[in-house]
Amino acid sequence: MSNQPIIQLIDVVKSFGRQRVLDGINMNIPIGKTTVIAGASGQGKSVILKLILGLLSPDSGRILVEGRDIVTMRSKELNEVRTNFGVLFQGAALLDSLNVFDNVALPLEERTKLSQQEISDKVISTLEQFGLVGQEEKFPAQLSGGMKKRVGLARALMLHPKFMFFDEPTTGLDPEKSMEIYHLFYETQQRFGYTSIIVSHDIPKIFNLADQVVVLNQGKVESFNHPDEIQLSEVPQIKSFVKNTMGYLYRSSELE
Amino acid sequence: MVFNHIEKIGNLTLYYVEDLGRMGVFLFRTVAGVFKRPFRFAALVRQVRLIGADSFPLIFFTAGFTGLVLGLQGYYTLRKFGSDGMLGSAVALTLLRELGPVLTALMVAGRAGSAMCAEIGIMRNTEQLDALECMAVDPFRYMISPKLLATLISVPLLTMIFNVVGIFGGYLAGVELLGVNPGAYFSGMELSVIGKDINLGIIKSVVFALLVVWICAGRGYFVHQIRNAGFGAEGVSRVTTQAVVLSSIAILVWDYILTAILL
Ligand SMILES: Nc1ncnc2c1ncn2[C@@H]1O[C@H](COP(=O)(O)OP(=O)(O)O)[C@@H](O)[C@H]1O
Ligand SMILES: [Mg+2]
Repeated sequence: MSNQPIIQLIDVVKSFGRQRVLDGINMNIPIGKTTVIAGASGQGKSVILKLILGLLSPDSGRILVEGRDIVTMRSKELNEVRTNFGVLFQGAALLDSLNVFDNVALPLEERTKLSQQEISDKVISTLEQFGLVGQEEKFPAQLSGGMKKRVGLARALMLHPKFMFFDEPTTGLDPEKSMEIYHLFYETQQRFGYTSIIVSHDIPKIFNLADQVVVLNQGKVESFNHPDEIQLSEVPQIKSFVKNTMGYLYRSSELE
Repeated sequence: MVFNHIEKIGNLTLYYVEDLGRMGVFLFRTVAGVFKRPFRFAALVRQVRLIGADSFPLIFFTAGFTGLVLGLQGYYTLRKFGSDGMLGSAVALTLLRELGPVLTALMVAGRAGSAMCAEIGIMRNTEQLDALECMAVDPFRYMISPKLLATLISVPLLTMIFNVVGIFGGYLAGVELLGVNPGAYFSGMELSVIGKDINLGIIKSVVFALLVVWICAGRGYFVHQIRNAGFGAEGVSRVTTQAVVLSSIAILVWDYILTAILL
């Protein structure tokens, strides 16, 4: 079955103090596909990612990755699961104190037994693929936003993860740089075949990449198998979300 | 009305209990990280340089003036009893048992502790710590435990330097300026300083080093969970100030406790 879920969220609830951010979320992420999580700012999209990554734990509910519940896992097992994860954080989250080369080399240094020569060869060929030749010696503070994201993507892909998580990969980039990131995303997914989960504001452009769209609103989610289904939703919150974010772009088909 | 107050007190209590629990786990993970493999020797060396070697000028300067003042004040006091020959032992005991460890630790808290807190706080805010965890790299073994080990190595050494420089400062003021007999200055010291005094100083400096790293690194690590700290750059700056103040207080309190226990 092509739509077999590889990550499942079941009745996930998460509050911070009195604020209930996620109020019983159910979600299936299909294997090898791209799921886009959309929703207004502050709705808890990053919280969903952090729950799946095991950086936060839910108040209740289960989070299954390849059938295993990561909520009840020991940290050792969780780290095994995480070896299949690649993450591109919102601000790229490169280590400030390391230059581009060392940032990209970090996963290899820490998690493999490769020799320095092998690591160096791999890093250099990766930097070539990501258009980062000549930037090896620069520190994150010396890079532009787009370049940071490329370094972050290169680092995340070093160990060929089965899952890639993107938190707002194009926020803060101009349209041209955004396209560059989308191209890199498309290319690398073709090459590595990873399952991807993208949190994005970039609506409706991001929908071109999506196999499934999950809209988060007021602590609840609604999943759509096809981006076009969203505008036909009868749920009032989704309707208003569509109106606010997509505006008139999709209006024509709604009138049909 | 009354219930509101009770609820507030309850919440506050809960927060402090939670905070203490978090800090306890932090200390445990930091110490455990020291024993995890692979050991990052390069990171340790770098931290010893940053925390230890780079503090040398500050320690030298502080110790020199502390010694000079001790020489002057000691002379002034001892003269009243006609026992200015005891100046050497008074200066040495004060430094070894008390001022050496305390002032060194306070200087390290202000210099290295604040840097540690800010660095880790910024890493928290920019998701660098999350990124390490997601790469299945333990941030404790990777970067926090090396700071602990480096501080535990550096602070006792800096304390010894402080003591030596301070004793010569006292010599300069007492002997060179005020004319105390130089032989008496050093022989008095030899007679009165015993192993226990030196041990007390070393024990203190190790405990203070642990306190500085625990409080400063820990506050930075939890910068996002500290009450009323604010967000972003402001959060980091407030928490850093708080960490330095807290660790300074902790140093003084533990100085008293250790002195009382080990007197
Ligand atoms: N660690 C945290 N502590 C307290 N509140 C948090 C924390 N993380 C997120 N929140 C709150 O949860 C809500 C959702 O945050 P987030 O997931 O970052 O939103 P977004 O959808 O923009 O990514 C926000 O209101 C935020 O204030
Ligand atoms: Mg977010």
